Formats: sequence, structure tokens, C-alpha cells
Amino acid sequence: VTAPAPVLVLAVGNPSRGDDAIGPELAARLEAAGLPGVEVITEFQLQVENALDLEGRERVIFVDAGTGTPAPFELRRVHPATDFLHTTHALSPEAVLATYARIKGSLAAETWALCVRGEAFELGEGLSPVAEENVQAALAPLVDLCRLRDRN
Amino acid sequence: MTAALETAANPTGLKRVVIEPLSRVEGHGKVTLLMDEDDHVQQARLHIVEFRGFEKFIQGRPYWEVPVMVQRLCGICPVSHHLAASKALDQVVGAHALTPTAEKIRRLMHYGQILQSHALHFFHLSSPDLLFGFDSDVARRNIVGVAAQYPDVARQGVLLRKYGQEVIRHTAGKRIHGTGSVPGGVNKSLTTDERDELKRDIYQVVAWSRDAVHLVRRLFEQSLDTYRSFATFRAHTLSLIRRVGAMDLYHGGLRARDADGRTIFDHVDSDHYWERISEEVKAWSYMKFPFFKDLGADDGWYRVGPLTRVTRCDFIPTPLADRERREFLAFDEGRAAQATLGFHWARMIEMLHAAEAIKDLLHDDDLLGKDLVVKGERQARGVGVIEAPRGTLIHHYRVDENDQVVRANLIVSTTHNNQAMNTAIREVARQYLDGRKLTEGLLNHIEVAVRAFDPCLSCATHAMGKMPLAVQLVDAEGAVVDSLVRGSA
Repeated sequence: VTAPAPVLVLAVGNPSRGDDAIGPELAARLEAAGLPGVEVITEFQLQVENALDLEGRERVIFVDAGTGTPAPFELRRVHPATDFLHTTHALSPEAVLATYARIKGSLAAETWALCVRGEAFELGEGLSPVAEENVQAALAPLVDLCRLRDRN
Repeated sequence: MTAALETAANPTGLKRVVIEPLSRVEGHGKVTLLMDEDDHVQQARLHIVEFRGFEKFIQGRPYWEVPVMVQRLCGICPVSHHLAASKALDQVVGAHALTPTAEKIRRLMHYGQILQSHALHFFHLSSPDLLFGFDSDVARRNIVGVAAQYPDVARQGVLLRKYGQEVIRHTAGKRIHGTGSVPGGVNKSLTTDERDELKRDIYQVVAWSRDAVHLVRRLFEQSLDTYRSFATFRAHTLSLIRRVGAMDLYHGGLRARDADGRTIFDHVDSDHYWERISEEVKAWSYMKFPFFKDLGADDGWYRVGPLTRVTRCDFIPTPLADRERREFLAFDEGRAAQATLGFHWARMIEMLHAAEAIKDLLHDDDLLGKDLVVKGERQARGVGVIEAPRGTLIHHYRVDENDQVVRANLIVSTTHNNQAMNTAIREVARQYLDGRKLTEGLLNHIEVAVRAFDPCLSCATHAMGKMPLAVQLVDAEGAVVDSLVRGSA
């Protein structure tokens, strides 16, 4: 059994819903960069089993589109939190960390969220020009964060 | 069977309460209540925005792209759309019977989807309500609360879901956006290593699934009065059924029964669903209201999903699940099987059935076969019907001579259940909200009723940002007099 890559990038979004494609788009560009020690997983949305993906990592980075969030992007630390959602349809990064802590009995690795602002999320649309610019702006900081340099 | 409280006799001067998850994405639910000066409920409506732009999204595309594309409609049950589209397009390519390997791989994929979806529902939605009660502290009434107090339930929920996802990954080729099912069959079978990997944990999965059924039963035993009365109503039902009367979640004819279990129609060819089902438009709702044509719009509405499938089949073709079905039907002189909260129990019985069906398939060497696709005489149209985790799902396509889809029609389970969910929230409004001051706990009763159905809210996109649940009490002039906001993602 091989050890998991020390850095996990969990990119979230639906590529067919306009700027919701920001996460998958950044994931694709990051994979093309071929950074060693980095695993990239793309999901439509976060769910409880994603807690299991965090096992054995040194750093975890959630990448997602945001609405009404700072432009072009916001990079912040994430800590476990017991937020409440009323459907089965998604979890926040904080809730994924909290689920990990409960089922593993320990805290997950140092975790970040890269939230890139989007503007339009219609079915069948591509990335908006503004989102494309925001993705460009976010790529270098994401690559930098994947290099495991101390960000504290 | 149309319930009272759909439309207030005199809406002027009533207070308006809106329960609405605020989101930029289409497809979210909203509940509005109109209450008079004495807090008596005069009107209760559930609004769910139906898929918009679906036809535009599909039309003009080559038909062979459709099974992959439709997965992007929903991030929760993409496999159901993948398989329903594939079944419809089997007809377009003239594949009237699949190879044994193709059908069994598709069934394995489908049971993996049922397993992971039902596990998520129990762990994420129903168990917090059922374990802690509807009025419990909202901070505790969530999955993390479950994990804190019932660590084994939480852990098993995560691992059951993970197992279902692994079944999907091996059969669909990828964790998401799978390509395994194609018009006429599948494009991969299992390798021996893949099958053995899935075999390793399946007995544990079956055992945990049975434990989950028993846990729900204990919860019913502890609160008989609540489960008997909560949001309970009478409804016709619709489900797929195998020719011999067995539950079949992948393929069968249409069975419709009335509230007393009497046959309305049975074994109707699902390719001709439109001869039996029509849809009514109501001015106040974006979502249509399907009904049985023979009974008319007022009396012909029906309910789909786990509770219908478990109670309206003649038997479940796996032994442990069928034993649980019979105990469910007999429990409390049959009252649990008629309760809205019976959805949760039925859902766990189906999860056990899916686990058993996966176990049986993993011992079938057809999964390793190489004969994957059949084709025949090209057809211009195709209908695919499947029992998705939440209920009957219909895909209907017309394809032109250039292989482009020129018409697409979809009836999802949430649409089938539109009137049933509205009836459920009206029962809750009548039972719990009428004449009382609104509190978060009381409003949660409405959500508990909606969660029993677990409507698909079409939110295949979830950017970070605000996704709170907001409740506003608005007076007759439209001014907000009170509000409740909780939770944000």
C-alpha cells in the first residue's frame, strides 16, 4: 500500500454550471503543472466520505468557487466547525474536518480553503470572463501553497 | 384527495412566513405559510424550482454524449441520470436486450448508488432528527452531533457511503463523471482484482445495513405516538415492478395502487408512461404536479420512493431485506408502513437490499465478461425508467437522422412527489403550527417532513458562500416583523 501524497487538493464544482467550474478548472491546471507530492481530487460537492481522503496528509487545500466572496480570491485557514445544513446536498470544508475529527479521533492536517469568486452559475454555461481572470490570479498562490512551504 | 390549506380563502391581511434556503442556484425549496392574527395557518405551500434549461442543455447534442452529460444535472444522484439516459438510448440504438455482463454491471452500479445515497440520507439527514428529536438543540441536531454521541453510527454511515462510491468507481470508471454505461451496454466490466477488492468488505456492509434497519425500528418503538401521526396522509402510489411482483429498482413495468393497496394499473409498459400519467401546472408553483390520467388532477396524485417501493412490491428478492419488509409491514398493525416517517425505515430496508444484491452480483462471473455492447435497428425515440434513490425517474429522448437529440423530457422523483410533499407540510402545519408562536423547533417539523422525502434540489453546484436557512415573518404590508437565520456553509 503506497502512502498518500502529502498534499491533497480537493477541488469542488460542476463544470457544466458556469463559474462553478472554477474548482475543476484550477484542478486541471494544477495537474498539468505536475507537482510532485500533490494529489488532486475533483468532486461535484463535498460529502462525508471526503473526510477519509484527508487521512495521512500534511496539508489539505479545498478549492471552490464563491459567491459574494472577496475578489479575485480568498485564501484562509479552515478549522473544524459544526455547521448545520438542511439537505443531503453538500458539506462545508469545516464540516468535513469536523467529521474527520469525530471518526478518526484526531485533527486533520493543516487545512486551507481557496475560494475564488464567481459571478454566473447557469446550467450549460462556461466560465465567465471575470471568473477566468480570477482563476488566473489564483493559480500561482495555489501552486505556491502546494509546495509545503510554511504558511503560518 | 386535494388537501385543504393549498389556497387561503381570504389571503388579505394574513401574515406570510417564508422558509427558504437562500442560494444563488436554481432548484432550492421554499415553504410559505400564511397565518392570521391569531397564528392560525390559512395556507401552506412548498415551492421547488424545477430543472430549468435542461432541454436547451441536451438538445442538439449527439445522443452518445447524453449519458455522460446528464450526470452534471445533479451532484447527488448522477448515476441515476447516467443509467436512465442509457436505458432510453438503448432503444435508440436498437438494443432491446443487453448482454448479461452489461446488465449486471449496470445493476451493480445502480445498487452502489442506492447504497451510498441511502447511507448518506440516514447519516446526514434522518438520523439527527430521529436520534435527537425534532425540537432538540439545533447545534446538536446535525451529522456532527450524531458522530459525537453515536460514534459507531457515524463511522458506519461514512464507510457505507464510501463503499457505495467504490462500487460506482469500479463500474463507472471514475469517481465522478463516469462513462461506464453507454447506449447498448457498458464500456467496461470488472477485473478479477476489482471484484475481489469489493468482495472483501461486502459482508461487513450487509451487516451494517441490517444494523441500520434495526436502529430505525428501535427509534419507532421508542416514539410510537409521534411516528403514527406525524405528517401522515393517504396517497396513491407509483413504482416499477418486476413481472413476478418482485421489487426491481433497475427495470420493470409500472404499478399504481390506491391508498388501500388496490390496483389502479399494473405491469404497464413504462415506455408508454404518458398514456397513464399527465402533469398539471399550478400558477403558484414552478414545479408541475403529475397525476394518473384515469383519476384526474384532483384525485390522481401519487407518491413515489422507498416507502412506496417497499410497501407495494409483493416481495423483495433478497432474503434479509424481505424479512425486514415483512416485519415493517406488520409493525404496529401496519401503521409504520403508512407513516411519512416510515420513509426512513423503508429506505434502510432498501439499503440492505442493495447490499445483498451487490453481494450476490460479486459472486457472478458474468461481471468479468467481455461481451459488453449490443446494437440493432436504429430507432427515433427512447424512454428510460429507473427507480432512483428518491423514486421513479423518467428520461425520454427523440433523436434525428443526424444523431442529434431534438427533444428531451425528464420527470424526476421530486416532481412525482410534489403534491405528496405539499400534503405532508400541510399536515404538519395543521398539527404543530396552528395557533402557536413560531419557533425554530416548530419550523423544523416542516423540514422533517420534507427531509423524509429528501427531495432532489438540483443543486449540482455549491460554491462557498452563504447557504443559510432563513425564515421570515412578514406582515400584511410586506414588512419583516421577525426572522430566523441559521447555519452557513
